Amino acid sequence: MRELIHRKLERTAIGFVLAIILAASVGGIVEIAPLFTIDETVEDVEDMRLYTPLELAGRNIYIREGCYACHSQMIRTLRDEVERYGPFSLAVESKYDHPMLWGSKRTGPDLARVGGKYSDFWHVAHLTNPRDVVPESNMPAYAWLARTPLRLDDLGSHLAAQRSVGVPYTDEMIENAARDAFGQAVPDSEQASGVTERYGEETQVSAFDGVATRVTEMDALVAYLQILGRLTKAAYQNTAAPEQVPDPSD
Amino acid sequence: MGQLTTRERDLAAAILLVLAIVGIAMAAAGRFDPIGVHGAIVLLYSLGLLYLIMSSSFGPPPDPSRISRYYDDPIKVGVWFTLLWAIFGMFIGVWAAAQLAWPSLNFDTAWASFGRIRPAHTTGVIFGFGGNALITTSFHVVQRTSRARLADQLSPWFVLFGYNLFCIVAVTGYFMGVTQSKEYAEAEWYADLWLVIVWVTYFVLYIRTLARRREPHIYVANWYYLAFIVVVAILHIINNLTVPVSLGHAKSYTIWPGVQDSMVQWWYGHNAVAFFLTAGFLAMLYYYLPKRAERPIFSYRLSILSFWGITFFYMWAGSHHLHYTALPHWVQNLGMTFSVMLLVPSWASAGNALLTLNGAWHKVRDDATLRFIMMAAFFYGLSTFEGSFLAVRPVNSLSHYTDWTVGHVHAGALGWVALITYGSLYTLVPAIWKRERMYSAALVEVHFWLAFAGTVIYVFAMWNSGIIQGLMWRTYTGEGTLAYSFVDSLVAMYPYYIARAFGGLLFLIGAVVATYNIWMTVRGVPALAERHEDVPVAAHLADGAATGPAE
Repeated sequence: MRELIHRKLERTAIGFVLAIILAASVGGIVEIAPLFTIDETVEDVEDMRLYTPLELAGRNIYIREGCYACHSQMIRTLRDEVERYGPFSLAVESKYDHPMLWGSKRTGPDLARVGGKYSDFWHVAHLTNPRDVVPESNMPAYAWLARTPLRLDDLGSHLAAQRSVGVPYTDEMIENAARDAFGQAVPDSEQASGVTERYGEETQVSAFDGVATRVTEMDALVAYLQILGRLTKAAYQNTAAPEQVPDPSD
Repeated sequence: MGQLTTRERDLAAAILLVLAIVGIAMAAAGRFDPIGVHGAIVLLYSLGLLYLIMSSSFGPPPDPSRISRYYDDPIKVGVWFTLLWAIFGMFIGVWAAAQLAWPSLNFDTAWASFGRIRPAHTTGVIFGFGGNALITTSFHVVQRTSRARLADQLSPWFVLFGYNLFCIVAVTGYFMGVTQSKEYAEAEWYADLWLVIVWVTYFVLYIRTLARRREPHIYVANWYYLAFIVVVAILHIINNLTVPVSLGHAKSYTIWPGVQDSMVQWWYGHNAVAFFLTAGFLAMLYYYLPKRAERPIFSYRLSILSFWGITFFYMWAGSHHLHYTALPHWVQNLGMTFSVMLLVPSWASAGNALLTLNGAWHKVRDDATLRFIMMAAFFYGLSTFEGSFLAVRPVNSLSHYTDWTVGHVHAGALGWVALITYGSLYTLVPAIWKRERMYSAALVEVHFWLAFAGTVIYVFAMWNSGIIQGLMWRTYTGEGTLAYSFVDSLVAMYPYYIARAFGGLLFLIGAVVATYNIWMTVRGVPALAERHEDVPVAAHLADGAATGPAE
């Protein structure tokens, strides 16, 4: 009987296409649509903050260089991972990530909580030539980042595009994007105070690449690496393995 | 292009002019951005094709009797695209593999660093090599199994050259750092939009050709090609919904946030495997295997079972890429369950293929081409079993993030996708160029053993490295502390990374041998006497108005 129906079906091209669409859509609809409607999917957290323009630019460099191909940003709910990298990742921590960078491969270690674990200086030395700091490393060197000035003039449109996909940047943040990016990497400038005003007192304002007069791609990337895992403290609360949030001043 | 009418040539020229203007606009709007370089590439590409069209515009009108024959010219060009992308993609792959063992092999340049060439490798082999192989063979198979000429003369060229423009823009973009970072969907918004246009044309062409068929039933191979075309369109559109920063920026931001993005991405990612790398290549299997073995497919019922099983089950399986992550547990469980069930239709396909060979095993021994196809079916069975196994949560806790996944993917990509493609090409090339045989049967044999040895070395190296890596990460000392630092596990990987690069190199050499052999076949092997049987049935009726009895 089934065969009879199929014999009919395989005689009409359009009918066959419709049957394919029907069979193939069920899985995706059942698994994806509820992720938007079930409230427990993403935890509610008070202290979740946005990426500053400099950190967002750093994130875009992380994407551009394909760092995600070798580094995950997702600590799984497994004992050895929690002990190696820190509390397991929560959904809320990538709430403002468009796209997410959970990764699929660890040729290098997970970076979900690398923020604050190493000094800015270590990161710059490591990115300039990883084998200077970790002799066994097979990571490419990114020395040119420190030589390349960061493009600042279009950061406002980046923030605006982020807002249109749902990240709550304010008009003020969008307007001041370029100033804030400059200020975050040049601590002595007059623009520096605006960054902490808009993004919170705990925002790290620093000459990330060691040069306090100009903003390079190295500044942006290190600023991004230093915020990883520190947008919210939620993962450190109510966890089986209590731990302090790393503090870069230690 | 000698078969195009004057009107079709004019239309082609008009399309290329529009494309050239789009290229100029992109170059102007994006003069401070990589999108400007892509504008220049689009412009050059369209002008180059325009030159080809214009230089043939005063040629003689096409032979009216062409309508009563199959349209094989686009297939011939597609074969070359396939072969060249294979060499390019595999070369980048070997290079990337070597960089993992010797990191200075990027020569301190940005464009050649691992993170940028890795997507160039994956796109080069999946979309460049695999995609061109699928489009090319689908044009061949749909005509032969429908006994009808392609429904249109211009759109096959549009699909072929348009698709390759997408691949070129995607790959050149990665070298410049233009990427969405979504694995296997790295190409940015404008390339994605272009692919939608190309893909819709492809679908319309395919369905129109099927509508002209002179067989009441649509053959199994076409079910798979249809599933490939339709579902890839759905996946591509949904995963690539983005908001560009501006029309002058290559950069865009996906509309999907965090955890939802992870699910959409791996729903896409896993079904790119399912409908690009499985369904499309099963279509090749269902046509070229019975052709080459000269045996009918073992079981029609198994074909139905496996087709609908694959179409339905695969779409649920993507979340097995996200075990133990912040994705809700219920989705992970669904993904695992369906991944395990997927073994049934997968092995039904592989078994159906191998049982088809009953009564033809002596040919597998003597004919390296048939051995390619047989070994592909074997690796298909192997890697689908491995896939279901790796999707089980406790197994995945060990294998995920390690080289085991990479080994699994390559068991499928080298052992299944590439072997079935070369087996199909060795069958297709003499048929459409109407040659008596391949230039050298010995070189086919050499290619088989290079490809087989390369695959086995690669996969064993990655199994070993992946399992060692996974175990080292979770090993505890007697005192209850982690036994190995991350760097310890990396140091243990180096021998396997070298072995893997060597396996890949063997496979690449095989691809070069194949290209040479096919080149010499087209150049030097005597043509067959006119093959009277290779024309559509009732060719004298083929004016496009007549329809098959079943429609």
